[in-house]
Amino acid sequence: MNKQFNHIYFWLTGCLIFLFAGSLAYGSVTIPLDAVADILLGNEIGRESWKQIVLHARLPQSVTAVLAGSSLAVSGLLLQTLFKNPLAGPSILGISDGANLGVAAVMLYFGGSLSMVSSLPMSGYLAIVVAAFTGACLILGIIIYFSTKVKSNVMLLIIGIMVGYMASSLISILNYYASSDKVHAFVMWGMGDFSGVSLKQLPFFTTCTLLGLFLAILLIKPLNALLLGEMYAANLGIKVKRTRALILICTGILTATTTAFCGPISFIGLAVPHIARLMLGSSNHKLLLPVTLLTGGCIALLCNILMVLPGGSGILPLNAVTPLIGAPVIIYVIMNRKNIQYFN
Amino acid sequence: MNPIPAIETFDLRIGYSLKGGKNNLVNEGLRLMLRPGEVTCLLGLNGAGKSTLLRTLCGFQKPLGGSIHLQGKPLTDYSQRLFSLTVGVVLTEKTNAGGITVYELVSLGRHPYTGFFGQLKKTDHAIIKQSLEAAGIAHKAKNYVSELSDGERQKAMIAKALAQQCPIILLDEPTAFLDVTSRIETMVLLRKLAKEQNKAILLSTHDLELAIQMGDCIWLQAKGQSMICGTPEDLILSGDFSSFFEKEEITFDVTTGKLQVQAAAVPVGIEGEMLTAYWAGNALIRNGYRPVAPQPGCLTIRCIDRHTIRIGLPTGETITAGSIAEMLGMI
Repeated sequence: MNKQFNHIYFWLTGCLIFLFAGSLAYGSVTIPLDAVADILLGNEIGRESWKQIVLHARLPQSVTAVLAGSSLAVSGLLLQTLFKNPLAGPSILGISDGANLGVAAVMLYFGGSLSMVSSLPMSGYLAIVVAAFTGACLILGIIIYFSTKVKSNVMLLIIGIMVGYMASSLISILNYYASSDKVHAFVMWGMGDFSGVSLKQLPFFTTCTLLGLFLAILLIKPLNALLLGEMYAANLGIKVKRTRALILICTGILTATTTAFCGPISFIGLAVPHIARLMLGSSNHKLLLPVTLLTGGCIALLCNILMVLPGGSGILPLNAVTPLIGAPVIIYVIMNRKNIQYFN
Repeated sequence: MNPIPAIETFDLRIGYSLKGGKNNLVNEGLRLMLRPGEVTCLLGLNGAGKSTLLRTLCGFQKPLGGSIHLQGKPLTDYSQRLFSLTVGVVLTEKTNAGGITVYELVSLGRHPYTGFFGQLKKTDHAIIKQSLEAAGIAHKAKNYVSELSDGERQKAMIAKALAQQCPIILLDEPTAFLDVTSRIETMVLLRKLAKEQNKAILLSTHDLELAIQMGDCIWLQAKGQSMICGTPEDLILSGDFSSFFEKEEITFDVTTGKLQVQAAAVPVGIEGEMLTAYWAGNALIRNGYRPVAPQPGCLTIRCIDRHTIRIGLPTGETITAGSIAEMLGMI
């Protein structure tokens, strides 16, 4: 039964490899692919600067992009299934804002900045990750509380947006009282960037995101049952409360880690699950989750490449690129909702 | 032969717990018995507590008091998994399952049996196919749930409950939102399952006529009153139906088993060809007349065929109507 979908995995893996290679070779300095291959294989090519760029900047950045993209896309999918709302996502429900608030508190109030953080030992960015996780979970907690009180998903979405605004306003207040260099660092972070993870921090980042993704894969069976709603799921022997908590912890880990290192990235979490569903035509999580994961990686790499302006004239902030890809997808989905299976 | 009841309740109190330790009691002292191999229909007006009772029996909400026994064992002895092997539900809850196929939907019913990742074995596939066949939805197995009509969706959900292989199936208003034929189809299907697979089936419904026609047993529920249970015909003959449903302007007609607007006291004699007379009588009732056997001194309608209806006025004159609409216009 799954054979018909094998070609999708094949193409997505191909795309991922192609885009990964592309983002290693393409940048403000163009390095030919064979040179990149030589550097990765450890061969001497005689140009130390290229080696530096590939190994210490582009490699960690590309790995980060894949993992961050997958993480956000998967957490978007989990939230959409949990809230039975195709427009849910980490940035819409205010969860990114919560992580943002945590980071702001650490960076602006306790005086950590990204440059400092990169030079600090583990505890420095651990503080930011923990703060982001706390902030994300706080907002998640508020959303869960309201989700038990408010039946309508649209209303819940609006509450999420409002809570997000409140977090943003707290961030503004923190900004107001912070010194300008800290504010600058925070604003730069807020534009989103996959280059925030250094080679030294990469193992930590990778561990956290892979842990979250692994947890998500373990949730496939209950997620499918949740398609029928919580009562049906309970009747099928799913422990709904526990599942809900696990989904939210999983989303928390994925969103918080990604946000702490890469900034609040919009639209990937919202749009990628839709792209995956449109490609698959199915909302069976057994197929959908892996496809969402791969697509998330691909889209993030694509954004990473599009950020680099042609001719070496500079690099765009990540959050200037993601809406250009994400927003049209959402508009397309809304316009065609009558013809899209999973909406009906 | 006295098989163990599928569900038996003792002095059951149902309702909601409110804030401050207070309870909103719906019913108390319920002594109910659901038997295998039978379709039981739960009837009651809106707000009578049908949903509360079903939710309580489904395990979604705790009883306020008393006990529920499933197949002779108290509900409290059931783990969530064991319960999911015993009671299958079909709800009115809106699902998000438009994007999966009917086959995938029914395979969700195998969840309590499959392992951690929900991998389906050969036997699971066989049971899913049987369930699809039994529910009469096998021809749509490869379709997406979103492509189904309401009636087909209901069948798919029933197939899901069958794949769960539970001896008890509880359905919350399975015939609501369905058109007439789908309604009857669904009920026929449920009857078939009760008889052939010896399932105990309980469904709540507003469809009085269908419940009388198809139900082996009827439970009449009203808030704060004790439940009236029995075979539909017994309940009709005992007058329980009449006293249960009668309101100012509505009466329960014991001869037809229908609810009717209070018949006005204008008797009209009717006779002649059976079918035309039956429907002419129906039209008369709707318009506030009471069809009776012809008697002197009152209006008499003699149906020759459906195009010839003779109306005998009390004065002795006779006029002829070409249709029932014309007949109504003349009298």
